[in-house]
Amino acid sequence: MTHDLAEVARRIRVNVIRSVHHAGAGHIGGPLSAADLLAALYFRVMRIDPHKPDWPDRDRFVLSKGHSAIGLYSALALRGYFPVEELLSFDSADSRLQGHPDMTVTPGVDMSTGSLGQGLSTGVGMALGARLAGRGFHTWVMLGDGELHEGQVWEAAQVAPRFGLGNLTAILDHNRLSQYGWTYSPEGYAGVGRESPITDPGGKFRAFGWNVVEIDGHDFDQILPACELGRRSTDRPTLIVARTIKGKGVSFMEGHYAWHSKPITEEDLRRALGELGEVVS
Amino acid sequence: MSAITQRPQAALREVWGETMCELIEQDPRVLVLDGDLANSTKADRVAERHPERFFEMGIAEQNMAGVAAGLATVGFVPWISSFAVFLAKRDLDQVRMVIAQTKLPVKLAAHYSGLLTGFTGKTHQSVEDLAVMRAMPNMTVIAPADAVECRRAMRVANDVPGPVYFRLTRDPSPIIFEEGYRFELGRGVVLRDGRDVALISTGVETTRALEAADVLASEGIGAYVLHLPTIKPLDEEAIVEAAERTGAVVTAEEHSILGGLGGAVAEVLSERMPTRMRRVGIRDRFGESAPNDALLEKYGLDAAHVARAARELLEVTR
Repeated sequence: MTHDLAEVARRIRVNVIRSVHHAGAGHIGGPLSAADLLAALYFRVMRIDPHKPDWPDRDRFVLSKGHSAIGLYSALALRGYFPVEELLSFDSADSRLQGHPDMTVTPGVDMSTGSLGQGLSTGVGMALGARLAGRGFHTWVMLGDGELHEGQVWEAAQVAPRFGLGNLTAILDHNRLSQYGWTYSPEGYAGVGRESPITDPGGKFRAFGWNVVEIDGHDFDQILPACELGRRSTDRPTLIVARTIKGKGVSFMEGHYAWHSKPITEEDLRRALGELGEVVS
Repeated sequence: MSAITQRPQAALREVWGETMCELIEQDPRVLVLDGDLANSTKADRVAERHPERFFEMGIAEQNMAGVAAGLATVGFVPWISSFAVFLAKRDLDQVRMVIAQTKLPVKLAAHYSGLLTGFTGKTHQSVEDLAVMRAMPNMTVIAPADAVECRRAMRVANDVPGPVYFRLTRDPSPIIFEEGYRFELGRGVVLRDGRDVALISTGVETTRALEAADVLASEGIGAYVLHLPTIKPLDEEAIVEAAERTGAVVTAEEHSILGGLGGAVAEVLSERMPTRMRRVGIRDRFGESAPNDALLEKYGLDAAHVARAARELLEVTR
């Protein structure tokens, strides 16, 4: 079954907007920037079976930028892990869809995340475990820009090549914004507006011994070959630096740090869904 | 000299290293991850005998905790090994999110706990780890008293289907249990009966509590000694029983008096059996580098201090 990935990504975005609007709050910018990457992973790249979320040989996915949970949940629901209607339970009491991914309650979530900077280490453990257990699965970790400020990411980046983990691919959702960010000073430090101080993450990972490929994270013709490169690596882990736009797909959200997390008004909802091609009643 | 101090001695780290090798030989799930301290913690025994099950993670405890969690999701039982002071704090957020919240079976081998860390001083002495780990949901916390109990408890800890914080010490301490001793998770062990005062202790401090009981006996004071090797889940019934029998409770631990065993016992008794207490432990301060005997004396942890606390308490309760 070949899915229209652009349509899948559109539906992920629609479900992100609807769910966050329904919950009254939630992260938006990050899930939207990651939507195309998630569509490619869950509908083309990863070897998974939604009917067997605990299949030992499934590919693993760690959403290290755990605040994009609703993006992941939307992909999982569309892929068949649980009903799409359940997305409206996001962030409510007793819901399996918690504000940040919880592997103990949500089918298809391979690692709990939320406190930033921790996912890559767990991915290293999964990839190492696959090799020790003689399993052929691949581990995929999605990183955010903001969490690259955390030192633990670089601890993990340093040891993964030492263990020769060709079965590990990290994808950086490189939208260059975080929750609040760094502001320009008239005195002129850096002068990068609110963008992350982590410059050239690809160069840094390459220096640590990773394969690095830089792509447009909204172009499936670049995402899919990059993932294939990651899967085929035998001797070292791969980082895909996916250049993205925070809030991608909704014009008034694109590139604005303020849409990192924000309630969606009725007017916002109508405009956003309209731009995403939904018929709004 | 007390009979306790004349017993044969063994260091828990030595027993830990040997027992890890046994566990690895018997259980294919077991791995050891080291934070570049293997020749201190005796994880080097594993590195030498079972190099394929030993992973050097370098001086990066946060990453080590995360890697262990990832390994656990694939079916392994990783023991992460470092000094207690680092394992309980440097990677605390990692332990919290990817080990405790996930209930994954990662074991924390917390070496060099307490004050006796071999002349390294306050940076390396762990005086608050029990309080921190006891407050962590889903965490089991174990502090064995001697080599025999350490070996038995490690086997039980390895099979606990969730995370375990396992508190170990550096230097030799008296062996107080017989070879046939059986460790039961969550169960206290009454080591001595007595009607005047209860000494409730954990970890190697129990050897000092026993020594104090000898001293008190020579003065005609009957001390009931309850050893609590499992700090969590806590044996509340054993604590209540000790209080019922004696009406006076002294806790003793090589740890801060805040939040550790003393705090735990006070919580239980104040709810279930209000009882006058004294807490022997480190009194809300950091340590320093000095010889062991000097540290135990200065920070009030030796048998003389336990005995003194019991006498002072009896002056109030009698």
